[in-house]
Amino acid sequence: MTINMGPQHPATHGVLRVALELDGERILKAEPIVGYLHTGMEKQAEYKTYTQSIPQTDRMDYLAPMSNNLAFCLAVEKLLGVTPPLRAVHARVLLTELTRLASHLVWLGTHAMDIGAMSMFFYTFREREEILAMYEQVCGARMTATYFRVGGLAHDLPVGLLERAQDFLDRLPGHFEEYTALLSGNPIWLARTKGVAVLPRERAIALGATGPMLRGSGVRWDLRRNMPYSGYDEYEFDVPVGEHGDAFDRYLVRLEEMRQARRICLQAIERLRAIGPGDYRLRDYKYVLPPKEDVKTSMEALIHHFKIVAHGFFPPQGEAYQGIENPKGELGFYLVSDGSPKPWRMKVRSPSFVNLQTLDTMVRGRLVADVITAIGTLDIVLGEVDR
Amino acid sequence: MTPLPPGRVEERLRARFPGVEIRRQEGEAVRDLTLFVPAASLVEIATFLRDDPELDFAMLSWIAGVDWLPREPRFEVVYGLLSLARAARLTLKVALPGENPRVPTVTGVWPSADWLERETWDFYGIEFTGHPNLKRILLPEDWSGWPLRKDSPLGYDEVAFTHNTSERVKPAPELTRLKPKKVRTRAR
Repeated sequence: MTINMGPQHPATHGVLRVALELDGERILKAEPIVGYLHTGMEKQAEYKTYTQSIPQTDRMDYLAPMSNNLAFCLAVEKLLGVTPPLRAVHARVLLTELTRLASHLVWLGTHAMDIGAMSMFFYTFREREEILAMYEQVCGARMTATYFRVGGLAHDLPVGLLERAQDFLDRLPGHFEEYTALLSGNPIWLARTKGVAVLPRERAIALGATGPMLRGSGVRWDLRRNMPYSGYDEYEFDVPVGEHGDAFDRYLVRLEEMRQARRICLQAIERLRAIGPGDYRLRDYKYVLPPKEDVKTSMEALIHHFKIVAHGFFPPQGEAYQGIENPKGELGFYLVSDGSPKPWRMKVRSPSFVNLQTLDTMVRGRLVADVITAIGTLDIVLGEVDR
Repeated sequence: MTPLPPGRVEERLRARFPGVEIRRQEGEAVRDLTLFVPAASLVEIATFLRDDPELDFAMLSWIAGVDWLPREPRFEVVYGLLSLARAARLTLKVALPGENPRVPTVTGVWPSADWLERETWDFYGIEFTGHPNLKRILLPEDWSGWPLRKDSPLGYDEVAFTHNTSERVKPAPELTRLKPKKVRTRAR
């Protein structure tokens, strides 16, 4: 028998539809059907300047907007061959790691709620709210940040953010204790996740899984460690891996990643304090807007400002791919430039899209209830799957 | 894990496939190693790249199509390969003609190509011969046309109601240049 799960099903986290072929309660085949949120972002990017595409990226993985901004900005910077100043680099690390915490907190809350542990959701959203409040302080928006720019940041970090982040991070280990106390020894949680949604190591690699999906299957692969970008080679952190590749291992991996993200955040704060106030954006006005004060006093700055706002900057002809370790896996942007201010082609390599392919492997031969666990443990965002 | 010396991938490929035309993409700002390979030897080369213990490109990370209208060959299919053991990336490209673009599938080499190729088919109408399930993935099944081709306008779909009347009456100049066609047809 074939039944539809979704697209209106609370546990599908959006509008995912899965066509299940069943033999009683056993799953013979699970085929995810996607595209309900397709908005043609890749096509739209071809009609926008590079800077105008940054807000688009927020709306892909809307649970990790800053990470998406970072991936796109790094790809454009790679194409241009420029590196932002140190203050911007470490501010980006701080904010993307806070994003990782926020994204994993949503995952933990919703995954637990799918399986029946309602209270977890309230705990994790309490902490996530604090991170979103920090976003608001930084850029005025809770979720659609658009804070990073090609060559640095839109404006400097606000006064008091580092203290606020420090205070939050100091309280965080206590909250981690609460989560593990609620779940790690919980017999229902163990029964629903241990040995469920198993993704063998070879299969994970062959299907292109990345992020916690790959690490949960025992592959020690983290782009921050293995192919560092944005100054991550200077940071100390561990890359946790699972053993069995089941939902429980991925739960442990993500919990540990949250602890490591906290460690990286603390190091980033330390670095930002050591650097002190300074440039938060490149001074290469061919690609970057000059500071507003200069625009009012210098004619050259005014011309640069006008040129960049009116038709954007002109990258060299060529192409670049940059992938980063998003909370959900490898997010990459492939940009092809024909020398005009608009990309000839922008391709998004979204982790959720590629990871979702593993669903069939994880649930084949299992029970219908395990599909919920598998979708939860995939940690997908449909905005990013469909783009 | 030792990094691959520069040029090693190309060297190994040329040694293994002496008769095959492998061209390195040169350009002002081509930031990653990019090799053009002929469509006919794609699967062979892909299998070698995956299985060679020194290179070990075990993962196919992404596939992109590029439309170079009006240039010929018009299409490019771009394969983003990743070697976990060597922490290296390689971009493979296949150039395809504007008429009837088709390229053999690599689903047999990397199963992850299944959805990635379907996505490229969906957007560009590039046929991946031998693909087990080549059908639209992100667009509706009854969609006609290939939206990411350069001759496909950004366009406006007919909507029941909109506040943007001025935009509807006067679309941006780049939209009027290409005559919008009716892109949706109902199969029923």
